[in-house]
Amino acid sequence: MRPFYYERAETAVGAVASSGPGTHYLAGGTTMVDLMKLDVQRPTRLVDISGLEGGRYDFIRWDGDALRIGALTTMAKLADDEQVRRRAPVLSDALWLAASPQIRNMARISGNVLQRTRCPYFRDTSYAQCNKRVPGSGCAALDGGVTRHHAVLGTSDQCIATYPGDFAQALIALDAVVEILSPDGPRSVRFADMHVLPGGKPDRETMLKEGDLIVAFSIEDAAFPRSKYLKVRDRESYAYALASAATALRMEGDTVADVRLGLGGVATVPWRAKEAEASLRGGPLDESALERAAQIAFAGATTTEENAFKVDLGKRTMVRALLETARMEG
Amino acid sequence: MSDDHDRFDNFSRRTLMKGGAAGAAMLPMGARAQSMSAGGASATGPSVQRIEVSLDINGQRRDLTIDTRSTLLDVLRHELELTGSKKGCDHGQCGACTVHVDGQRTLSCLTLAAQAEGTKVVTIEGLSDEDNLHPMQRAFVENDAFQCGYCTPGQIMSGVACITEGHAGSDAEIREYMSGNLCRCAAYPNIVAAVKQARTEMGG
Ligand SMILES: Cc1cc2nc3c(=O)[nH]c(=O)nc-3n(C[C@H](O)[C@H](O)[C@H](O)COP(=O)(O)OP(=O)(O)OC[C@H]3O[C@@H](n4cnc5c(N)ncnc54)[C@H](O)[C@@H]3O)c2cc1C
Ligand code: SF4
Ligand code: FES
Ligand code: FES
Repeated sequence: MRPFYYERAETAVGAVASSGPGTHYLAGGTTMVDLMKLDVQRPTRLVDISGLEGGRYDFIRWDGDALRIGALTTMAKLADDEQVRRRAPVLSDALWLAASPQIRNMARISGNVLQRTRCPYFRDTSYAQCNKRVPGSGCAALDGGVTRHHAVLGTSDQCIATYPGDFAQALIALDAVVEILSPDGPRSVRFADMHVLPGGKPDRETMLKEGDLIVAFSIEDAAFPRSKYLKVRDRESYAYALASAATALRMEGDTVADVRLGLGGVATVPWRAKEAEASLRGGPLDESALERAAQIAFAGATTTEENAFKVDLGKRTMVRALLETARMEG
Repeated sequence: MSDDHDRFDNFSRRTLMKGGAAGAAMLPMGARAQSMSAGGASATGPSVQRIEVSLDINGQRRDLTIDTRSTLLDVLRHELELTGSKKGCDHGQCGACTVHVDGQRTLSCLTLAAQAEGTKVVTIEGLSDEDNLHPMQRAFVENDAFQCGYCTPGQIMSGVACITEGHAGSDAEIREYMSGNLCRCAAYPNIVAAVKQARTEMGG
């Protein structure tokens, strides 16, 4: 690990005003410290934001059906929140099925959504080729690497790294908004617009700018008692998703009144399957409708020999998640 | 020494000026003790940074000067000779380094020691007093819940938290909420049995 200055910020305004080149925020540290040890992240200065203003950004607040969550809330706290479990189980599921209890105690939800890919060539600096780590260097994964875990949606010829997180799929499905304090003042962006596709610039993962501090996530309509997160992986616990689905449903009799679908483990960024949702809205949730929706969701998939299985797995995961969600009370 | 102090004063003043309002809002941790060793900051980053920290480990106050890069695990093992917490992977993947920070199970390998200032850290050495084993320790012995023992301190710290968090309701729940602790000897069935036994004793 390279030497760095360590400072604690007391206030959000103070943290933002102290930003500059080489300065990074430290929340729970479970991504940052890991990647610093690997020499993938090389901050010259860490500004510890975990204790900002005595916990002011650690909260879970309902106002009617609207939900606002402080950026520095731990994964564990949100996962275990009784009201969230009852009123928006997809948010809770996507957290308790992620990482381990220890990591969930440490990690904050803002750090969670900004976690970096687990692509082994990104994490191992002995590979010279990685466009995400060293722009323009090539891609060891596409150049004969092992790609079983890599993405099939949202890829480019520069990078096929999977976005590894779970919670982001729940946020994108529920139309979350990110509240940001930037050096120019506060602003909000749709969560769906925060991550950017790799395209020709896989090193740029979000539209956040230097110094941007996430302070909260808000969801205007979070009352989805009929919602869940289904995660399929190589071992039953403590593993990243091979395929996952965040689903939320509102039914009127046998007709789909509203449906939300986020897909994980298969895409380069948090993924919302909007066209698939549209194909289901207003119709019944029967076998042929589900089959068609799955077809639509994965129509644009590009695969390698090793990750081609993710298309079928992704479709089945999505269909099963929707069927299980339909059977929930709500 | 005084030389060092002069330099550190320069640094802190510069930080304050650069940060403007922000500088003033920074806790003095950096300013108080972060000294630049010869060379100072360069285009590629600073040289080794030392800071003073005051940690609360097993109820004892420990004042130390550490490299900002030190993890809590390395400080426990190398500076404080508390070698109960183990380093398995050093990357958050195995749980051998699990300690309690303010009562929450935490991976000490991914915690910077500087982050631990102002918290109460309990390690396996502080779980019980010298004469009496903690019910979880006893349960591990009685259920033969280990072979080589390398993962055991982490398993025990995690098992205690699993119960106090209220996540030891069934075998399945224990397995799920102990999944952050790997055991290369695969003593898993006996670990589940030990957590169950301790749960009864701890009244969880
Ligand atoms: C072994 C292991 C297994 C894991 N398994 C899973 C899994 O199955 N599913 C899953 O979803 N995740 C998994 N994770 C990832 C884990 O969830 C993330 O590391 C964690 O959520 C990151 O949160 P943090 O607070 O520790 O972030 P940090 O490491 O502190 O920060 C991460 C990044 O976010 C930035 N940041 C943090 N907060 C803010 C803010 N408020 N504003 C602006 N920038 C900010 C930091 O500057 C940094 O760049 C796993 C991690 C490990 C080590
Ligand atoms: S897939 Fe992306 S992250 Fe992985 S080696 Fe290629 S460029 Fe790097
Ligand atoms: S040593 Fe900390 S998790 Fe493995
Ligand atoms: S007892 Fe050997 S690793 Fe668990």
